[in-house]
Amino acid sequence: MVLLISITLMYAAPLILAGLGGVISEKSGVVNLALEGIMTIGAFAGAAVAFVTGNAWLGFFAAGAAGGGLALMHAIATVTFKADQTISGVALNFIGPGLAIFFTRILFGAVRSDPVTARMPKIFNIDITLIIGIFFVIAMYIFLYKTKWGLRIIAIGEHPAAADTLGINVSLTRFLCVIASGVFAGFGGAAFTLSIVSVFMPNVIAGAGFIALAAVIFGKWTPHGLLGACLIFGFFQALSIHLRGQDLPVPLQIITLLPYLLTLIILVLFVGKSVAPKAVGVPYNKEA
Amino acid sequence: MRKFFINFLRMPVTGSLFAIFAAVIVGAIILLAAGHNPIRAYAGLFYGAVGQPRFAVQTIIASTSLILTGLSVTFAYKTGLFNIGVEGQFIIGTVAAVFLGHFLKLPPIVHPAAVMTGAMLAAGAFGAIVGFLKAKFNIHEVLSSIMLNWVAINLANLYISTERFYQEVGKAHGIQNSASIIFLHEMKRTPEGIAQIRELGFLSEILLRTDVNFGIFIAIAAVFFAKFFLDKTSAGYALKAVGANKDAAEFAGINIKKYMVLSMFFSGAIAGLAAAVHITGVSPNTVTLLPAFQNYGFNGIPVALLANASVIPNIFAALLFGGMNYGAGYIQSNHGIATEIIEIMIGLIVFFVALRAVCVKIANIIERKKYGSSN
Repeated sequence: MVLLISITLMYAAPLILAGLGGVISEKSGVVNLALEGIMTIGAFAGAAVAFVTGNAWLGFFAAGAAGGGLALMHAIATVTFKADQTISGVALNFIGPGLAIFFTRILFGAVRSDPVTARMPKIFNIDITLIIGIFFVIAMYIFLYKTKWGLRIIAIGEHPAAADTLGINVSLTRFLCVIASGVFAGFGGAAFTLSIVSVFMPNVIAGAGFIALAAVIFGKWTPHGLLGACLIFGFFQALSIHLRGQDLPVPLQIITLLPYLLTLIILVLFVGKSVAPKAVGVPYNKEA
Repeated sequence: MRKFFINFLRMPVTGSLFAIFAAVIVGAIILLAAGHNPIRAYAGLFYGAVGQPRFAVQTIIASTSLILTGLSVTFAYKTGLFNIGVEGQFIIGTVAAVFLGHFLKLPPIVHPAAVMTGAMLAAGAFGAIVGFLKAKFNIHEVLSSIMLNWVAINLANLYISTERFYQEVGKAHGIQNSASIIFLHEMKRTPEGIAQIRELGFLSEILLRTDVNFGIFIAIAAVFFAKFFLDKTSAGYALKAVGANKDAAEFAGINIKKYMVLSMFFSGAIAGLAAAVHITGVSPNTVTLLPAFQNYGFNGIPVALLANASVIPNIFAALLFGGMNYGAGYIQSNHGIATEIIEIMIGLIVFFVALRAVCVKIANIIERKKYGSSN
C-alpha cells in the first residue's frame, strides 16, 4: 500500500509540473500542444547541466530556462505572428526532442547521457519535485483566482476583446503565460531525469507531456483539478505496475493499457460539458 | 510586375516554399553551430536521397506510407478534426494486415486486396471510436486519440506476444508470399530467379537491393480517389461543410455527429491502408514488439501541414520528407551528422508553415503602399 502511494506520487510529480504549464497557457487562450517536446528538452538540459556541474538544482533551473526558451518560439509564433497554435505546437514536438538528442550525441557521443549522479533531494522519502509541484498548484490557484493579474489572465482567455477595452495588454500577457508554460514543462522534464531515472535517453518522456495535456483538460483547466487528474493518472500507473508483480491470469499488455483505458472511461463518465476557456486556440487580432 | 509579386505571395504554395526555405536557413545555422559544413551536409542529404537510382527508389518507398498517413490527417482536417490518433490507427492496421496476410489462403492480387480491405476496416473502426467519443460525449479528439494510441501499441504487443501469432519471441508471423506487393517477389526468393534478375542490368540492383513495390501507385490512386470523393460527391461536400462551419452545416440539415464519426472512420481507414501497404511492401513484412511509438503515423502530421491541408500536395510533401528521412542515413554514415538534424528540420518546416500567413501579410502591406496613397 505504501509502495502503491509512493509510485503514484512519483508518477504524478512531472505531470503536475508540466500540467501547470498547460493550465497557465490555456487559461490565457493559447493551446500548448508542445508540452511533450518542451519536457524532452527540459529533461535533457536538466541532465546535462547536472552532469557537468554536479549540482542537481542548477540542472533543474537550467531545465526551466531551456523549456522557457523553446516556449519563446511558440510565443513568437502564436502571439506575435498570430500563427495557428496547433501547428506551432506540433512543430515544437519535433524540434524539442530533435535538439535534445542531437546535442546528447555531441555531448555524450551516444543517444543517451551518462548516468547523472547528482539527484534532486528527497524530504521524508518524498521527491522534492512533487513538493515543488504541489507548492505551485497552491500558488497558481491563489494567483489565478485571488490576484488581479490572475483574473486578468482568465479574462483574456475568455474574452480578449473585452479585456483589451479595459486596458489589459492581451499580447504581452499571453506572451508571458506561454513562456511560463515552457518553464513549468521544462521543470516537469527535469523531474524525470533528476528525480526518477537519472539518465537522459530518447524515450525518457514517453508521452508524459501528452498525458499532462490530457490532465489539464480532465482537470477542467484549474490547478486543483489538474492535481486531482495527475494523482488519478499516477494511481492508475502505480496500479498497473503493482499488478505486473502479481501472478494474474491477465496478459501484461492488458495491464499496461489499463491506465489509458480507465482515463478514457472516466472521461466518458465525468467530463460532461466542456469548460475550456472560450477564446482558447483563437489568435487575438486587435485590428479585426 | 508588382501585381504578379503580390499574387505570388498570396499563393498557398508560396507559403510552403517559404517554410522550406526558412527551415533550410535555420538548419544551416544549427549545423554550423555543431561544427558541420551546412552546404556539404545539404549536398550529402540530396545525394543520399536521390543521388543513385537505388537511393531514389528507397526515397519513394519511404514516402509511400507518408503520402497515406498525410492523406489520413488531411482528410480528418477537412472535417475540422485533428487526427493525432493516426499513429494508433496505423498500428492497428499493421496488426490486421499481418493477421490476414498470414492466415488467409488466397491467390496473388486478391490476397493483398483482401489484406488492405481488412486493415482499412480495422483501422477505420479504431478511428471511428475517436469520432464517436467526440460526437456523443464531447471528448476532445486530441485527448481520446492520445489514450487510444497507447491502447493500440499495447494491443499490438499483446498480439505479438501471443504464442499462436508469433514466429519467435518479439516477432509475429510473416505474411504469405501471395500477399506481397513487392515486384517479382517470388523470383527474388529462389537462386534461379535471382540469377535471371541479375541479367536485367542496372535494374537488377534496384530489384535485388530494395523492396521496390506497387505501394506508390496505390498511394497515389488513394490520393486522387480522396480528391474525387471530397470534391465530387455529396458525402464529401457534407464532410467539408462540417469542417468549414459546423453551425451552418447543422442549420443546413447536415447531421454533423454522423459526419464526425464518418470522417474519423475514413481517416483511420486511410491510415490502415498505409499500414497494409507497409506490411505487404516492406521487409520484414511483419510486426515486431514495440517498446515505443515508431512514428509511422505521427510523421503524417507534418506532411499534411506542409500540404496546407489540401489533398494532392500530400504527394509532394511526403516525397520531400521521405527523401529527407532516407537521405539522413547517408549523411550520418558519411559526414557524421546525427540523423536528428532531420527531425529538427521537419520541426522547423512545420514551425514556418505556422508562420506562412506572414507572406500574405507582406502582400497586403505592399498592396496598401501601392494603392494606399490614392485613397
